[in-house]
Amino acid sequence: MGKQINVALIGNPNTGKTSVFNALTGLNQKVGNYPGITVEKKEGICKLPRGVKAHIIDLPGTYSLNASSLDENVVIELLLNKNDKDFPDIAVVVSDVENLKRNLLLFTQIKDLEIPTLLVINMADRMNYKGISLNIDYLEEHLQTKIALISTRKNTGIDDLKNLITNYKEVSVTPCLNAYEIDKEYFGNLQKAFPNQLLYKLWLVITQDVNFGKTDRKDFDAVADFKTKSKGDLKRLQQKETIKRYQFINNILKVGQTIDASKAKDLRTRLDRVLTHKVWGYVIFTIILLTIFQAIYDWAELPMDFIDSVFASLSEWTKNVLPVGAFTNLLAEGIIPGLSGIVIFIPQIAFLFLFIAVLEESGYMSRVVFLMDRIMRRFGLSGKSVVPLISGTACAIPAIMATRNIESWKERLITILVTPFTTCSARLPVYLIIISLVIPQGRFFGLSYQALTLMLLYLIGFGTAVFSAYLLNKILKIKSKTFFVIEMPNYKLPLIKNVALTVVEKTKSFVFGAGKIILAISIVLWFLASYGPGKDFNDAENIIKTEYATENLTEEDLQSKIASHKLEHSFIGITGRAIEPAIRPLGYDWKIGIAIVSSFAAREVFVGTLATIYSVGNDDEDTIKNRMAAELNPILGGPLFTFASGISLLLFYAFAMQCMSTLAIVKRETNSWKWPILQLVIMTAFAYIVALIAFQFLK
Amino acid sequence: MKDTLAHLKRGERAIITDVSSNAIPLKLLEMGCLPGNSVELVQVAPFQDPMYLNINGSHLAIRKETASHILIEKVTNG
Repeated sequence: MGKQINVALIGNPNTGKTSVFNALTGLNQKVGNYPGITVEKKEGICKLPRGVKAHIIDLPGTYSLNASSLDENVVIELLLNKNDKDFPDIAVVVSDVENLKRNLLLFTQIKDLEIPTLLVINMADRMNYKGISLNIDYLEEHLQTKIALISTRKNTGIDDLKNLITNYKEVSVTPCLNAYEIDKEYFGNLQKAFPNQLLYKLWLVITQDVNFGKTDRKDFDAVADFKTKSKGDLKRLQQKETIKRYQFINNILKVGQTIDASKAKDLRTRLDRVLTHKVWGYVIFTIILLTIFQAIYDWAELPMDFIDSVFASLSEWTKNVLPVGAFTNLLAEGIIPGLSGIVIFIPQIAFLFLFIAVLEESGYMSRVVFLMDRIMRRFGLSGKSVVPLISGTACAIPAIMATRNIESWKERLITILVTPFTTCSARLPVYLIIISLVIPQGRFFGLSYQALTLMLLYLIGFGTAVFSAYLLNKILKIKSKTFFVIEMPNYKLPLIKNVALTVVEKTKSFVFGAGKIILAISIVLWFLASYGPGKDFNDAENIIKTEYATENLTEEDLQSKIASHKLEHSFIGITGRAIEPAIRPLGYDWKIGIAIVSSFAAREVFVGTLATIYSVGNDDEDTIKNRMAAELNPILGGPLFTFASGISLLLFYAFAMQCMSTLAIVKRETNSWKWPILQLVIMTAFAYIVALIAFQFLK
Repeated sequence: MKDTLAHLKRGERAIITDVSSNAIPLKLLEMGCLPGNSVELVQVAPFQDPMYLNINGSHLAIRKETASHILIEKVTNG
């Protein structure tokens, strides 16, 4: 009773490991980070038969225990550290029935660590289709393990797996490969030097660059110094080890697996003939991108309008129902408009995450990497930079983390540096509201002008990213070997459950992450806008009444004059006007200035900030958009948001580095302050200059 | 004649005879790029680079430069 089994899910990428995790844990899962690093840690609880509970960790996908990235390091660190609280009682290796041979390599490595290891053969539903048949008894006997043949798609075999996990104590821990076979002399000496340690574990410590938990470090420092071989020799031994492992696997599969190629139907070949074609491949890729942008614009419009009006009436309702006072004002003029500035963008952000999840899940993303590698290389990037650049349209933070599988450090660094130029979802709120204000309605070949403008902004983002990559490639003097290996997985119809979970998870973390900042900023802004020092603010009513005493103003006009006089002399007005000279050449007034300054916490704060500033002292409850449209330019007269100032703002937001979280991630991933500071200064200066030029030409 | 993988044409098959392990990442070896294994060129991007291969049942793409460090013997179609 109460005993929890620690289970680690391990497997190659594209084996459906995460589907297995979802099938086992359902909604009982949480996503966090490993302490000190930004690798995602997914864990969950699974109820097993007989009241037993399992704590399941979904480890990052890896092809082998020879780690070549931070994510893969996590796997080996956990498996080598018996003192880790997550150290598995049982390892579950998830494999794909179509790639069994390659998947088994990792299986044999884990088995050699003498950890009880189960084998899951996933995608069993494809066996018929591919003409594969397996002799499970034979495989279990010779791999010395228990096998669960499952299909997460058809939802079969999950209960078998649960039973096997429950009986984990019966699983054998006999290793697959005897390390002596690789090189008798070397491994003999190694064992003599460390007689109490497992030979394969020692070998991993020598060949890997792994950080160990504090407790284990002492034991292993000496091992890592056991260098009787050069790097090249070690690698030759690793190659020999790999060959031996494959010999072992091939011998077993020769009997345990039969593939009748004549029965195999090959969807992959047919799809690839088109999707990776020299011409059609690119045409299709362009069409897919176009569709995504049009969809984000069109499909999200209805729910967005709805959310906007709900918040407007919520604000009004608050004012009518709650007693008059500072708290009601804070709620109705500060918090509610601030929050609406983020909630309104949930539909669009969810759509974006949905498309990215589908592209990844279906296996299409790898084809894009393949198609784009040669082109990207010309700009000092890798084909794999396409994934960060595309997922950067959701958020630069996961995008920068996704650069980890780029093999060459130079290509990776350049990708990290230019990714923030891609249009992230935090820019979307700013773009959408400004586009709807300054770009006319109308259609061009069925695409609306507004959608085309948005598309153009995305293209400017990509274009700038690629162009600056080109410059960086010329400037940066870093020598690093360029390797490039990418698996081309099978095409799969994305599982709705997986996609839905990803979309919900990502949208939630976006909304709550940004929501916290926005809430705090709206409260601070509301205070700054509602209070002010000196006579001008506190005596506004008398000043205005005296000033306009001779004119016959209606009560309404008078009230609005008082409100704007107050706002101008509030704390925020004073600050805003102090910075106004710097931004006036760009076509902005001090209110936009405040919104830009607060955007440095996070861009999406822009709309919320304006919403808060405009609603202070304003009694008509209106949508954010209508309020912005009503704003007048205090110097030039006419509407504040004109075509010129609008374009200038759009360009400023396209280029400026206004995201502290991104800077923090870049610092972490590059391990230096130099790169984030360079990003901040160069991108923002560039944004200022471009916005200035744009406004001066267009006005 | 010493053929390398970079010389393979679309649709052709070959057997890997040798890999120069210093120029090839371990990861590629682990994905099955080892002497004795069969390889087929499935698709190429423009300029023959990168190359989309089927090595021993594993589908993967590598750059032409890497492919030129992998020695092969072509299998004549039959």
